[in-house]
Amino acid sequence: MSDYILEMEHISKTFPGVKALDNVELKVKRGEVHALIGENGAGKSTLIKVLAGIHDADAGGKYLFEGEEADIHQPLDATLKGISIIYQDLSLFPNLSVAENIYIGRDSNKKPWKKINWKSMKDLAEKAMNELDMDIDLNKKVELLSIAQQQMIEIARALAFDSKLIVMDEPTSSLSSGEVEKLYKVIDTLKERGISVIFISHKLKELFRVSDRLTVLRDGQYVGTYGVNEINEQELIKLMVGREVVYERNTEKADIGEKMFEVNNFSKEGNFKDINFSLHKGEILAITGLVGSGRTELAQSIFGVNKADQGTIRLNGEDLTISSAEDAVKNGIAYIPEARQVQGLVLGQSVVNNMTLPVIDTLRNKFKLIDHNIEKNLTNQYIKSLDVRPSMPDMPADKLSGGNQQKVVIGKWLSAQPKLLIIDEPTNGIDIGAKTEIHKLLRRMVNEGIGVIMISSELPEVLSVSDRILVMSRGRIEGEMNTIDADQEKIMNIALDTEGEKDVGNSEVSDGKSHQEV
Amino acid sequence: MNMKLSKESVLGLIALGIFVGMGLFTPGFFSSSNLNNMMFQLPEFGLIALGMMVVIVTGGIDLSITYIAAFSGVGAALMMTNGFGILPAIVVGILFALACGAFNGTVVSKIGVPPILVTLGTMVLFEGVILAITSGNAISGFPDAYGLIGNGYYMGIIPVSLLIFIFFIILTAVLLNKSTWGRRVYMYGSNDIATMFSGVKNSKVLMKVYLYASLLAAVSAIIMTSRYNSVKVDLGSSYLLQSVAAAVLGGTDIHGGYGKVMGTIYAVLIFQFIRNGLNLMDVHSSLVDVVIGAILIIVLTLNFFSDKFSRRKAESSSEKTA
Repeated sequence: MSDYILEMEHISKTFPGVKALDNVELKVKRGEVHALIGENGAGKSTLIKVLAGIHDADAGGKYLFEGEEADIHQPLDATLKGISIIYQDLSLFPNLSVAENIYIGRDSNKKPWKKINWKSMKDLAEKAMNELDMDIDLNKKVELLSIAQQQMIEIARALAFDSKLIVMDEPTSSLSSGEVEKLYKVIDTLKERGISVIFISHKLKELFRVSDRLTVLRDGQYVGTYGVNEINEQELIKLMVGREVVYERNTEKADIGEKMFEVNNFSKEGNFKDINFSLHKGEILAITGLVGSGRTELAQSIFGVNKADQGTIRLNGEDLTISSAEDAVKNGIAYIPEARQVQGLVLGQSVVNNMTLPVIDTLRNKFKLIDHNIEKNLTNQYIKSLDVRPSMPDMPADKLSGGNQQKVVIGKWLSAQPKLLIIDEPTNGIDIGAKTEIHKLLRRMVNEGIGVIMISSELPEVLSVSDRILVMSRGRIEGEMNTIDADQEKIMNIALDTEGEKDVGNSEVSDGKSHQEV
Repeated sequence: MNMKLSKESVLGLIALGIFVGMGLFTPGFFSSSNLNNMMFQLPEFGLIALGMMVVIVTGGIDLSITYIAAFSGVGAALMMTNGFGILPAIVVGILFALACGAFNGTVVSKIGVPPILVTLGTMVLFEGVILAITSGNAISGFPDAYGLIGNGYYMGIIPVSLLIFIFFIILTAVLLNKSTWGRRVYMYGSNDIATMFSGVKNSKVLMKVYLYASLLAAVSAIIMTSRYNSVKVDLGSSYLLQSVAAAVLGGTDIHGGYGKVMGTIYAVLIFQFIRNGLNLMDVHSSLVDVVIGAILIIVLTLNFFSDKFSRRKAESSSEKTA
């Protein structure tokens, strides 16, 4: 019997246009807690999806479970083999009882008219709960439980299925510190029983506390596997942020003009708190931080689609009250969302229709009807200046590549002649050539007098494009620096910072240089 | 360079084919009295189908539309039987309908209840209100001049109601294709999140959609009450699901975002030709429904597969270019 319960080697996964995983390796021993870490977009979720049978890997990879060819092509296969995945946004049935949730799926092969064996259901649930040393009423509906309790139900379910490998995706992200301790204990129990755990988290302290070994991914590639004793936090950060693709660092000091935009005391329960910052003419301000740090929520609050509880914003010396996207657009604020295909574009509609959507009221003739000539001219003008390819205004937006789609969204907002543009993950899912083009566009906008705030978790992008950087963590701005003084490790230290060690971050690395820097 | 016919043109050819086919095989189909009949029957159903189509383009449905029509007809009828003139009666009828549309629009757009639930509720609600007002009886006996709307001719050959219908066909087409509201209707129907993120006030767009549908229902009601010289709670109720069928057969995407006026009109014509032709052949009316239902299913199935096929083709070609 092999030491390893899970052996994945040479795993690649290609989506149209993107290589999400490139020759990745993940080997987990029996009874170990194995951490899987990497930045946003490093390929962790894709790898887990391959593991779970949601995606099939490209041909040529090796995927062994308990020393045998895994042959897992759908989630049920994985469950039956003893792999349980506990997703961040749990997958329980809120209107069913605890016992039912633990039992569900066991009877998949039973004829539908066969009665449910309530007694064996209860026994099974009770046994699993006892093993976890949990005391929750089995008849209670799951929706009445706390998130931590629901998580325990998921773990109990995994136990009831005799799982040999349990994957936990950011299990502590919504737990209180007391609940986190309890989870650690449960993980220790699982370990004692010889069950392996794959633990995904952004909190480095936590990873060192619970795991035995860790595997680092970066940009869809395998960086390495290390024992927790062989490596420290700083080395780990270096491994996570070093990148194959490097942009030229921004080394020029920006020619900063007057203050044009200000956010004061912005707060929203559960999203962000006490946000204060300003933007000057002539600079690109980057807001970075991990997913869940509140960056996107903040941007959407400024734009009015996620109304803040309190706080004020000023644009060009004018106090603004913005309670909807409509208000924002009227006041010259544009927001380009990260979810391009859902929030940014109306995919099934043409490039023209998309580009002129915010300004369509201004393109009317004397009969108050849309002037299709003016509309087409305006669209063609932006297609040309942004180099959208193919340059076909009537083409449906979903037929364009990611980069060209993004250009259409940018064109859409340029047509509205905004004073302030907030752009969220400007180059997410875009090929490298188009990325630099979009970066140049942002600079061009600033030079033309538009205020630009860029939200990005891609640090090389932040360091290449911006003039000043705000780092968010847990809904607060925890750091601010000029880009010429910044480097990836400094930023990561602040972004990854966990409770109770706030003052450590900034001082610990004084002159840390990213090893990939040019 | 692309010589492929649009979905609507294909449907138009099918309508023409059925028209000619019925004429060849059904004695009396081409007779002037039968053609005349069809011209008088077409507008009331066509107007409701157009209203339904506009709602479906937003991804919604208006199940209360024929009861809005009935309610509107009752309003106009009560005015006339109480001694008011034709014009005030028509105005009140339209106002009754707009009030219903505003109610639907408010609950759908401001509160965000799914249209199918809202209009299912208001369908029953409006029906109840009409029953309370009329006690289930018919109201009849309108001025002779009122009858001209549904029965009269313009210049001796073209039915007045058909002219009204053509006017609203053109109006709907212009509004949908040329007005900024129409543009937003399509954009909203395709992706209401993206329109919201583009500063479009979705609730305003939706509100106008339900108001416009109720306006078309009111016009249809005026034509119907005029033609029958009477109004009852079930005025036009048989058109309810037929109008959904016509919109969908006409190429309107039931998920929203696509739908053309001419497609719906061709579908209305197809229904009319088949129903009329089979009636002339003495086919039992329940069998007529079977035929129409079967056609609907066949066309929609074909549509589904041709969409799937063209999507697959597009995907494979985009992969090649990528």
